[in-house]
Amino acid sequence: MTRYWIAFETILIKEVVRFARIWIQTLLPSVVTTVLYFVIFGRLIGDRIGVMNGFAYIDYIVPGLVLMAVITNSYSNVVASFYSSKFSRYIEELLVAPVPNWIILAGYVTGGVLRGLAVGIAVTLVAWLFTDLHIHSIGTTITIFTMTAILFSLGGFINAVYANSFDDISIVPTFILTPLTYLGGVFYSIDLLPTIWQHLSLINPILYMVNAFRYGLLGTTDVSLSLAFALIASCIFILTWISLTLLNRGVGIKT
Amino acid sequence: MSALVAHQVRKVYQSGFEALKGIDLSVAEGDFFALLGPNGAGKSTFIGIITSLVNKTSGSVTVFGHDLDRAPQQVKSVIGVVPQEFNFNLFLPVQEVVINQAGYFGIPRHEARARAEFYLRKLDLWERREQQTRQLSGGLKRRLLIARALVHRPRLLILDEPTAGVDIEIRRAMWEYLRELNADGTTIILTTHYLEEAESLCRHIAIIHQGNLIARTNMATLLKELRAETIMLNLRQPIESPNAALLAGFHLTQVDAQTLEIELQRHQTLNELFAALSQLGLDVVSMRNKQNRLERLFLDLIEQDTTSETAP
Repeated sequence: MTRYWIAFETILIKEVVRFARIWIQTLLPSVVTTVLYFVIFGRLIGDRIGVMNGFAYIDYIVPGLVLMAVITNSYSNVVASFYSSKFSRYIEELLVAPVPNWIILAGYVTGGVLRGLAVGIAVTLVAWLFTDLHIHSIGTTITIFTMTAILFSLGGFINAVYANSFDDISIVPTFILTPLTYLGGVFYSIDLLPTIWQHLSLINPILYMVNAFRYGLLGTTDVSLSLAFALIASCIFILTWISLTLLNRGVGIKT
Repeated sequence: MSALVAHQVRKVYQSGFEALKGIDLSVAEGDFFALLGPNGAGKSTFIGIITSLVNKTSGSVTVFGHDLDRAPQQVKSVIGVVPQEFNFNLFLPVQEVVINQAGYFGIPRHEARARAEFYLRKLDLWERREQQTRQLSGGLKRRLLIARALVHRPRLLILDEPTAGVDIEIRRAMWEYLRELNADGTTIILTTHYLEEAESLCRHIAIIHQGNLIARTNMATLLKELRAETIMLNLRQPIESPNAALLAGFHLTQVDAQTLEIELQRHQTLNELFAALSQLGLDVVSMRNKQNRLERLFLDLIEQDTTSETAP
């Protein structure tokens, strides 16, 4: 077991060093984007919007913006790192070593979670400059934060396994992840939408994550908290199973 | 104990191409073994299967008694592989590549650092440990592949064309180091295009052609099977044409006034040749093989295999 722990630790150190070494590309952009969101939607437009679910608009959007940064960074860390290792073939360093596939997966996913955590903390600190942030439920906040980061790290991993070019690793974030995030209640409560759009919004899994996280920070949510937990946990379970099956079969990494 | 036993190993790629058609091969512990074959013969596929980079279609592979299907982690832990192409992160410092590899094999970080230093010093890379790997020359990158493959002290070292594109000086140094490792007990399997390399280093040899094993023997026996050897002789003085009668038994070509090319058949000896040359009063200043002996044999075997396959 010690041997596996050392292998896991090695993958993790490699991943953290990778994103820390290129922090201008990996950590800074989300902070800059979030500052712009706070300035434009919070300060300039927010005052005209007024309150939402009993909160000042700038306070209301904080949880969604933090979670959006977590989703984007967890996903892009794993997809970029694992695809690069495939593209340059240094994934073979791991494949020839006595490292079980679940350790490989755990190493990459934890790397993604840590980048999500680093960016999430940075964005939260920025939020403190603009808002009077307080945490309603620390347990819910940390749990949803971690589960979301795990889920999207797994998503990034599966994307990287199937990717055959650098274009393939940007298609999902650009055309699926970003629209789902923007439509996932980051900037609004779904109560504001017409009924048909409310129903459609409920099939967007990101809505549950954003609202559960919003409950953790503000104590308000548009969805059932237990449903949100069950949904995220189920998605994690399914994506873990898919990832391990792909690794065991050697899809995209063995011939 | 055998270091490697492969039984009926087959590989059919998704395209339907059958790269290996049922290879049976065993390599004894402590051997220095050459695996030869022309491009596309299936050597790299075979090595890929042993090192878990390629999924086999059928057959079995056992390494030091561990079955690859039942105990893949035990198999991997005793194998070190030097691939044909550079497959490390080009943006990592040299030292980090070796330390990370040690970590993947479960070696604690402080021990990994010590081992990385040992092998990087051994392979003259220590001074460049902080450099990114992309800044290394081709020869230095090859040495880094060897350092990385050795850091977990494997019992079986597999090298897939380790000296391709490496200059003679570095190649000789690598040979020396490989001999040293083998003498210390590491079993080595080598594929190479430099047949001189196989002849110089290896005790046993197998030849793969079109996915089949067409020869498996020891180097000395194989070389004895050589039908003929072509020798180039440089003479002290120029001659117009040698006395054909005295050299009747030898197939001879005059390249220029001071150079003769003679094909020596298996039943003929160098003594007979030199006796005939002495009778003619010809002084030989130097002598060399026109073609590497193994290369000749290799081409003969492949020709035989191709002929037997196309025969009706």
